[in-house]
Amino acid sequence: MSNNLPAVSIEAVTSGLASAGYIASPQIATAVYLAERIEKPILVEGPAGVGKTELAKALAAWRGLKMIRMQCYEGLDEAKALYEWKYAKQLLYTQILKDKLGEVLGGAETLSAALDRLHDFGDVFFSKEFVEPRPLLQALEQAKGCVLLVDEIDKSDAEFESLLLEILSDYQISIPELGTIAAVVKPTVILTSNGERDLSDALKRRCLHLHIGFPEQKLEERIVESRVPGISQSLRGQIVGFINQVRALDLKKLPSVSETIDWARVLVLLQSSELDHETVKDTLNVLLKYEADIETTMPQVTSFVAKAGRQGVFG
Amino acid sequence: MRQELHRFFRAARGAGVRVSPAESIDAMRAVKDVGFSDRGILRDALLLTLAKSEDEKQALGNCFDLFFSQPDVKDETASEDAAESGGAHPSPGETQTGGASAPSPELGELTQMLMARDRNAIAAALANAANAASLSDIRYFTQRGIFSTRILEALGIARLRDDLDALTASNPSEAERLTAATEALRENVRDTVNQALLLYGREEAENLRHEILRNAPLARLERRQVEQMKVLIRAIARRLRERHSKPRKRQRRGHLDTRRTLRRNAAWGGVPFLTSWKRRHRDRPKIVALCDVSGSVAQVSDFFLLLIHSLHEVVDDVRSFAFSGHLIEVSDILDNKSPEEAMSEIMSKVGFGSSDYGGSFADFEKGFMASVTAKTTVIVLGDARTNNLDPRADILRRISERSKRLVWLNPEGRMAWGWGDSEMPRYAAFCSVVRQCATAKQLERAVSDIVAAYQ
Repeated sequence: MSNNLPAVSIEAVTSGLASAGYIASPQIATAVYLAERIEKPILVEGPAGVGKTELAKALAAWRGLKMIRMQCYEGLDEAKALYEWKYAKQLLYTQILKDKLGEVLGGAETLSAALDRLHDFGDVFFSKEFVEPRPLLQALEQAKGCVLLVDEIDKSDAEFESLLLEILSDYQISIPELGTIAAVVKPTVILTSNGERDLSDALKRRCLHLHIGFPEQKLEERIVESRVPGISQSLRGQIVGFINQVRALDLKKLPSVSETIDWARVLVLLQSSELDHETVKDTLNVLLKYEADIETTMPQVTSFVAKAGRQGVFG
Repeated sequence: MRQELHRFFRAARGAGVRVSPAESIDAMRAVKDVGFSDRGILRDALLLTLAKSEDEKQALGNCFDLFFSQPDVKDETASEDAAESGGAHPSPGETQTGGASAPSPELGELTQMLMARDRNAIAAALANAANAASLSDIRYFTQRGIFSTRILEALGIARLRDDLDALTASNPSEAERLTAATEALRENVRDTVNQALLLYGREEAENLRHEILRNAPLARLERRQVEQMKVLIRAIARRLRERHSKPRKRQRRGHLDTRRTLRRNAAWGGVPFLTSWKRRHRDRPKIVALCDVSGSVAQVSDFFLLLIHSLHEVVDDVRSFAFSGHLIEVSDILDNKSPEEAMSEIMSKVGFGSSDYGGSFADFEKGFMASVTAKTTVIVLGDARTNNLDPRADILRRISERSKRLVWLNPEGRMAWGWGDSEMPRYAAFCSVVRQCATAKQLERAVSDIVAAYQ
């Protein structure tokens, strides 16, 4: 389905994202729907691995649009995010055109006459030919529109946020030498943040704010179902039940959806039909990324497995 | 419906969610699109457009639930929405027909509604009356009575009384029913007013309370104020973090970074088209805090430590020491435990003795002098009342010489310095700054200045 019309209803968004393999909660679907309707960027916050980036990918896949990704990091600046002049090309062209310039200016008697002639040619070297578009400018130039993902905006400097404001509110970029470049088709913008630092109010004000937390048990089971085909329903229930209990512990890094999916894949590969504490203990390192966390969880595994098993039977 | 939304925005501001005009426009557009039919979606839409952090989402969600729940229609949840949306534009014809089935047509409109137990009509009439009495202007709890009276008047309580008198004469059993219904109605009105106070009054009441709290002396807080003060201190910490955590880049032109310049211009054969300049390196604050936790100063120290330890983003390195008779380091306790636990542990270890400044300074010099470097700000919080023991001002001088700055925060007023056993004037000679620090406001200003000195 590749059209640029906004979705007709929230249900359409849910089913559309589902067709791209993304099971969205009602909040997420509402956010995407509203973002298209009132043409606002979405700022997605939440712990790592709950599918913030995935949302942008799924949206692009569903819409059949190109996804342009802009990974943020400390020290990211204008030249890497917006545009840059192709200095080497400019230099090369001046070298090549030297003779031509000589011809043009040859007739001029005085210096000021030569200058006048030069002015007649305008800013040849500062034209669009010599602009190297970076992700943000690329996103505006897409003829069919696109999904622009500004990933991990909290990693960038505060100055970079201000740089984004123009593109977020007006979908345009001002280049001093060229003027303002507006979007051909307004892109759908998704910003993600892990909450490493507080973003400025100015940025937040321009966005819809979506917080994705850990999904509810039912929803997570559906996510696993769509991402790991061939997993039995009982195992799915047990995995999700187990992980939900792990999330209640005091851990350095709680396992999120991406870990659930990885773990489910591992268990399918190991051809386990059911959770037993031996397998869990062997594969716990897929789920937990710190030695200390594994140590905390290890003694609890047996009771968690038993409880998850019971849930699988009755729930 | 616009009116309804505007009232909701005001209620949201009261609940502590900052709603700017631009955001309210977004919310309007969003609501126009999703409509009012599905409450869950409406809630999501408002949360998406108005709340910009998790705390705000929580607050706004609660506010939404309160705002769109009606106290009057208690057992019919399904009709709540209908009554709410009907409340803004009630058609008089409908209420009439609702009342037409009532037993005695010569009675007043309100009486008929009550007798017919027409909940929807009553809810609508109540909402109308609340609008007429401009209930959303309610600010203080003392206004509850007047707004109740106004609403009852708008509902037509006078006519109801007449009807009641007439009925008592003609039909006592009916009159009894009406009396009961009237009581219920009064209760409903009271509930409505209370809810409105909760929604709209919060902003003013909160502001007033905060202002009082900010200027209240920390050392003499009542028990219930202590909890509120902790919330306030957390808000202050957040404000300070926002203000100071983003180090502003200040480039110092004049020192060329040759290495970076060469690398940047490699493409042009090393001709330096673009220059790179060295950046000035700025220290993040390093703080050593010495807090008197004896007697009257304890509570102020408490709040001070709470504040300084919630500034992790701004302050690189804090080492805290608590003393009364002797001095111990408390940084680990504060970092690893919840504020309440940490405080009680510190108090059990050193608190509530009579203070010995000289001895404590000697402890500090012996054990921890190495933590004071030329980049450190040393903060001493105490009343400088030495109980006539040796003040050891010489140690304070050495601390002052080693450190970047030495700040003394004294909870006592300037007038009391130097009176009795206060050694403040002797200590003050070695301090870069001495300031009074008795209220949350002064505390905020003091800490803000300390942090700002590094920028």
